[in-house]
Amino acid sequence: MHRVVITGAGTINPLGHSVSDTFAAMKDGRSGIGELDIRDVDRLAIRIGGQVRGYNPDDRFNRQQQALYDRFTQFTLIAAEEAIAQSGLEFGGRLAAETGVVLGTSGGGLGTLDDNYRAVYEEGKNRVHPFIVPKLMNNAAASHVSMTYNLKGPSFTVATACASSNHAMGQAFGLIRAGFARVMVTGGSESMLCFGGIKAWEGLRVMSKDACRPFSANRNGMVQGEGAGVFVFEEYEHAKKRGAEILAEVVGFSMTADASDIVMPSQRGAARAIAGALKDARINADQVGYINAHGTGTAANDKTECAAVATVFGRHADRVMISSTKSMHGHLIGGTGAVELLACLMALREGVIAPTIGYEEPDPECALDVVPNEAREAKVDHVLSNAFAFGGLNAVLALKRAG
Amino acid sequence: MSGEVKDRIIEIIAEQAVLEPSDISLDQSLEDLGVDSMGLVEAIFSIEESFDIQVPFNANEPEKSEFDISSVQSIVTAVEGLIAEQKA
Repeated sequence: MHRVVITGAGTINPLGHSVSDTFAAMKDGRSGIGELDIRDVDRLAIRIGGQVRGYNPDDRFNRQQQALYDRFTQFTLIAAEEAIAQSGLEFGGRLAAETGVVLGTSGGGLGTLDDNYRAVYEEGKNRVHPFIVPKLMNNAAASHVSMTYNLKGPSFTVATACASSNHAMGQAFGLIRAGFARVMVTGGSESMLCFGGIKAWEGLRVMSKDACRPFSANRNGMVQGEGAGVFVFEEYEHAKKRGAEILAEVVGFSMTADASDIVMPSQRGAARAIAGALKDARINADQVGYINAHGTGTAANDKTECAAVATVFGRHADRVMISSTKSMHGHLIGGTGAVELLACLMALREGVIAPTIGYEEPDPECALDVVPNEAREAKVDHVLSNAFAFGGLNAVLALKRAG
Repeated sequence: MSGEVKDRIIEIIAEQAVLEPSDISLDQSLEDLGVDSMGLVEAIFSIEESFDIQVPFNANEPEKSEFDISSVQSIVTAVEGLIAEQKA
């Protein structure tokens, strides 16, 4: 069994266009959620979201690239560039063959679908651009990362709704651990803040019209976000030999299925995933200093998640810090676990715990230390990152401080 | 009009409860009828489509909603209010 470390991180999300900008926003407890600036927003009941602001595709990609890169692919490539640059890796020969790409997304090129359905159904056009299929497919982002960086190892896309990124990173971890790959580019991306994407979520009636306030008694639902987080996972000896800077070690992963309901989460399924990650990492609950919560801000998730953590952590539940950064960047659906892993890296590397902002009223059913409203300094050695998806598919990662 | 609204709502709720409309009485709650939260969200969608109205309802805080779902009768009354308000 090989050890797995993280040697690069990159992102673009509602809080910033880089890891350092995102850390700064998380430390300030800044919100990236605001009024949506999209076509036909006046026909939506939900008009807020965590949009990536100040981003012009023309600054990053030429016309030919944009014909093939949906917004979720663009976000992925921007995040991958930052992560791979930080890792210092160059891919050729044997290393290229031993490096793969596993990314999570839920909607893939949903914006491309939305635009082109509009063209044929609403505008009555009888043809669409020839590259719509390769642009909208869920594996487009993974394939373009592979092509851009010459990565020829195991590569695929994972779609498990809100757990996609955690499942993807869990696969990357497992592939290196088992010796199927030496380096993996992993994480996830999402871009469904378009009319159809939000209209579909609206129907579920779980969206907030004003803010995402996880664990707060007056929470009233989730807020969608967009963006990407990408990491370089590397076999420990390989990283050590080349003197790479190690950001953190990935020490455990667990996935479970509730086998119960297509939308309602299960405390037992979540608890089994959390306990499984601890067991896989060979650590006890009292060694965990921070949990990045799934924390969607819905009544169903927050109560279930807190109960699951309380069950697994027992008397240590009162001591562990648990925050939901969705309060700041919104729910990035298939990309959310990747952006949230940044809060885990910040906790381990910089000793700063990202807050749960918008917290206004304690909820007796969520009576844990949710790091309300202000970031906190704390030295932690182990952290967990939770993701619990629609469909009852759960994925929890365990990370350890480097060195 | 009132009778039509009532009959259509009973029909919608009966479909979610997998019952005949004749089995539904106005004083029953959705819980009595075995309609869960997903059934409720679908029923509200059907109500909006049938009467061309917007129903203010957030599944995260059903108790805070202006839309009273405590019984079949309360839903009928609420929908009649919304129709009067939104079709005025």
